[in-house]
This record gives sequence, structure tokens and C-alpha cells, in this order.
Amino acid sequence: MSELLLEGSTTPADAAPPLTRTRLRRRPGAKLVTGSVMVVVIVLFGLIAPLFTQDPRAVSDIGLAGPTGAHLLGTTQTGQDVLAQLAYGTRGSLLIGVLVGLLTLILSAFFGIIGSYVGGALDELFSLISNVMLIIPGLPLMIVIGSYVQHKSIFLVAGVLALTGWAAGARVLRGQTLSLRNRDYVLAARVSGEKTWRVITVEILPNLLPVMSSGFVFSIIFAILGEAGLSFIGIGSTGSLTWGTMLANAQNGQALLLGGWWWFVPPGLLIALFGCGLSLINFSIDEVINPRLRAPRLVKLQRKAS
Amino acid sequence: MHLLRKIGFYLIALWAAVTLNFLIPRLLPGNPVDTLIGKLSQQGPVSPGLRKALNALFGTNSNENLWQQYVGYLNGLVHGNFGVSVTYFPTPVIDVIGQAIPWTLGLVGLSTVIAALLGIALGTFAGWRRGTWVDSLIPGTTILQSVPYFWLALILVYFLASMLGWFPLSGGYDVNSTTPGLSGDFIGSVIRYGTLPALTIVISSIGGWLLGMRNMMVSTLSDDYVATAEAKGLSPIRVMITYAARNAVLPSITGFAISLGFVVAGSLVTEKVFSYPGIGNALLDAVSNNDYALMQGLFLVITVAVLAANLIVDIFYGFIDPRTRSRA
Repeated sequence: MSELLLEGSTTPADAAPPLTRTRLRRRPGAKLVTGSVMVVVIVLFGLIAPLFTQDPRAVSDIGLAGPTGAHLLGTTQTGQDVLAQLAYGTRGSLLIGVLVGLLTLILSAFFGIIGSYVGGALDELFSLISNVMLIIPGLPLMIVIGSYVQHKSIFLVAGVLALTGWAAGARVLRGQTLSLRNRDYVLAARVSGEKTWRVITVEILPNLLPVMSSGFVFSIIFAILGEAGLSFIGIGSTGSLTWGTMLANAQNGQALLLGGWWWFVPPGLLIALFGCGLSLINFSIDEVINPRLRAPRLVKLQRKAS
Repeated sequence: MHLLRKIGFYLIALWAAVTLNFLIPRLLPGNPVDTLIGKLSQQGPVSPGLRKALNALFGTNSNENLWQQYVGYLNGLVHGNFGVSVTYFPTPVIDVIGQAIPWTLGLVGLSTVIAALLGIALGTFAGWRRGTWVDSLIPGTTILQSVPYFWLALILVYFLASMLGWFPLSGGYDVNSTTPGLSGDFIGSVIRYGTLPALTIVISSIGGWLLGMRNMMVSTLSDDYVATAEAKGLSPIRVMITYAARNAVLPSITGFAISLGFVVAGSLVTEKVFSYPGIGNALLDAVSNNDYALMQGLFLVITVAVLAANLIVDIFYGFIDPRTRSRA
């Protein structure tokens, strides 16, 4: 995932004048590195740690106990190892995040790119659908859908999250495609008789990659937060273990009243840090897309000189 | 013309929400009536009449086709008939909603306004001081933005209410010593109980406003007219506020639509943590009791509220940014 993002960030830097480029390069770099390190560490934790931890569901009679040598992050009310739960929960949340990210990418690309490229009534219809989906509050809709289905697979939850989260991305993609479709090189491709799908995939899509990767990253944050919310309410996917279900269990297990901070602080902290890492990556992508955001250093120098 | 187009769009959005609300229970697998009857029969015998009434409500009645059900459903909505709540049986759904609305409206409305004003002010400052130490605070705000509302609520409850005892743990007002009404005691109690939920919403939503405003300030400040204003020797405060911030704030206002959705979602779950007697708590009660009528009514009310807020902002936006009017 981070490879894709790094690739995206190296492409269109042509907007900044060459003199300032080297100077400005350092700042987005720092954000990108910090963000990537945070994300990679958490992803590795989710991938590798479950291999070494104890059984996350193994119940013991210790009850709610603080961190000790045997249980590095303490235990839950039923004596389950919090570290093990955290490791498996990380894996569950990341899986949901990536699934929703991909689904959102497909949906927003479909509605955003195809509509605006074809234009006319289809564009009107597609942008109406995206605007309506954008404005209808997502979580209540998720709650209504989620509560009608009794046994929810992880794919259903991902589907519901994607269904309520694709609209913002579609709107951004539509705007970008509108500006691209009338560029000379696209017109040239069309005049020379290239098929529509080829113009879209070969000529337009590569130029949308930075915007799409930014949307992908955002939808992962959205999905992990959304899933955590749904699980906390108690309508997440059945039998799964995620950061959200851990928090829900902690709340139901009276961790707050009993002072079991080791139970509810780590999952939320990981959500926040992971989201922060992804946001930092997103900022550096944004700075690539919109060079004006990188201007601060230059402006400051000018002001000092004046 | 611009206004008509806007209103037309909101009407379509409203129709879409109503129709989704109608279709979801009918298209999804599983029979809500069976679930509900199963739940009710644990409490006592279920009369055949109730099953019939529930069938009519959820459209599991096979005698009518989908279109007839739809017309009947719309007719019910127009007359304010949302059905009867199971959780608070036999109170009509509309009454349950009526009792919960003021709490949420007060809490979410007030904290959104505070967060927006504070965030825009801080963002203006951060954008003005771009490239200085202020920039190093940005990663901090992104953490705030990624914090789940309900987790922040848990943390605040744990430290400020449970450990330090500064605030009450849960509820909307002191049930034991005050009664709802326009008394000073009651209002004081509402404020005391509402501070922590409001703080949660403000802290978790302020980051978005701040960052959006800061980025627009940075963009706007590199515009030529700002440089001209500086060159004319205008005071920095004046350039910052009446030249740069005034234009930079526009996208924050249009972004209201998206952010309001997030805030509403966040506060729904936040209300659960605090057992705050608002819409969110009612919705989650409805979910855990399979109270589909209440759930659907609440979904509609929340959607209508979000749509209305956005319509107001859109109309307002037409006044402050004349370009949108001339373009349409």
C-alpha cells in the first residue's frame, strides 16, 4: 500500500518553480516518513504479532488484572490477554479498512470518472446520486441496514461501510475528470479513434492516481472509525475481533468504573495513531496535488526580504 | 433560479432517504416481524392482532404489492404516523422522538457552533503563521481528528468523571434533585451534565475545521491581492482578517455538509457513552431492542435535520458569495 503512495507522490512536482523545489521537498518528506513509519509499524504488528501472542479468547480466572509479566497489557474482565486481543483486533480492523478502501475506490471511480467523462444526462444522474449519498448521514443509515441483518459477515459490514462512504471520493474524481477530459492530449486520443474505455484507463486514469490514492487512504480511516463505531454499538460483524469490539467489550465489562485503563486505552490509541499516520501520508499527497499548500517557506522568505 | 435548483435537490435527497427507509426492511434478508415476535413472546403471549399490525408496518404482508405498500407508507409519514415504539410501548414513535430531540439539538448544535468558530479562528491564526512553530502543532490536530468520538468520551469519563469526580458519569440532568422545567436548578444541572459530552464533540471535531481553514489560508495568502494589500502597508491584522480569512473561510462553509454528517454520527455514539437522553441514545436503544419503527422514524428525523441544516447553509452561502448566484 505504501509503495503505491510513494509512487504517487513522486510524479507531478512540475508546478513548483525549479529554484524552490529542493528547499520545499524536505517538508512533505518529513510528513511522509513519519506517517509511513507509524502505518508500517501498526500494519506489521497486526500481521506478525498474532503469531506470537496467546489465544485472544482463552478465558482464565484472573479476572480484570493490570499489566504483569505474564500479561503485558493486563487482562480483561474474563481474564483474556489484552495484548493478544489487540494483535488480533489490529488484524481485524486493518482487514476491514483495506476491504472498504478497495470497494470505495471502485464505487467512487465508477460514479466519478465514467459519469463525468461521458457527460450529458449520465453525468447529471451520477452526480445527483453522489450528492444525495454524500448528504444522507452515513452512520444512521449503517445502523438501520446493520440491525436488519442478524448474522453479519465481515464482507457485509465492509459493503455497508463502502456504500455509505464512496460519495465524497466520487465528487473529487468527477471534478478532476472534468478538467482532464478536455485537455488537448485526451482530445487527440479521441480524435485518433481510441475506444472510450482505453481513453479512460490509459489517458485519464494515470493522472487521477494521486487523487485516487488520497481517497483510498481517507476511506481506510473512515472505514476503521466507522467499523469501530458500529462494533461499539453492537452491530459490527458477528464474532469478529477488532479495535471496535474491544472497546465495546471494555465498555460493557465496566472497565471504566473498575479502573481497567489497560483494556480501553490501547485500542483507541492505535486507532488514533493509525489514523494520524494515514492523515500525514494524505497531507503529503495533497501537497503533491496542490502545490500551493507547499508555498509557506517561500512566502516567509519573501516577507523577510521585504 | 439558484434557490429553486437547491430546493429541488434537497427534495430529491429527502425522497431518496424516505425511499431507502422504505426499501431497506423489504429488500434485506430476514423477517423483522419474526425477530420482534420472538422478542415480545419472551415477555408474554402475543396476540394475532399484533402480528397483523407488525406485518402491515414492515410490509411482510403479502396481500399488498410493493407499490400499494409504498403509497400507504408515504401516506402514514405525511400524517406524522411513524408507528408505535416497542421499547417504550405503547408510546407512539413520534412522541419518543419529540422528547429526545431538544437534548440532541442543544448538545450537537451548540458544540458544533463552538467547534466551528474556535476551529476557524485557530485555523486562521495557524495559516497566518505558516512556516513557523505553529506548523508543528498540525500532527497533533490530525491525531485529534482520527480519535473515535466514543473513545475520547470514554477517556474523558474515566479521568474527569470517574477518577477526579468533576463531572457526573452519565445522564442529561440530575434526576434525583431536579425536575425538568425552566428553573435555575434544572438549567444548571443540564449544563453540568452536558459539559463533558459537549467537550467530547468539540475536541474531536475541531481538528477538521482548523486544518481546512489553515490550508485555505495558506492558499489565499499566496494570492496577488494579499501581496498588494501588504504592499499598501495595511495593518497585518486587517490583511489577515478582512482580506485573507474572509475568502479562505468559504470552503469551510461548503464543507459544513460533510462535517455535519460526521458530527451527527459521532455524537450518536457519544450519547451512548454518557447515556445522554437524546436521539442517539434512543436510536441505540431501538437497535438493541429490535424496535424497527422507532429506528426508522429516528433515521428519517436525523436525515431531515441534516438536510435542513445544509439547505440553510446553502442559502446563506448564496448571500455571502455572490459568484454562486450569478453562475446558476
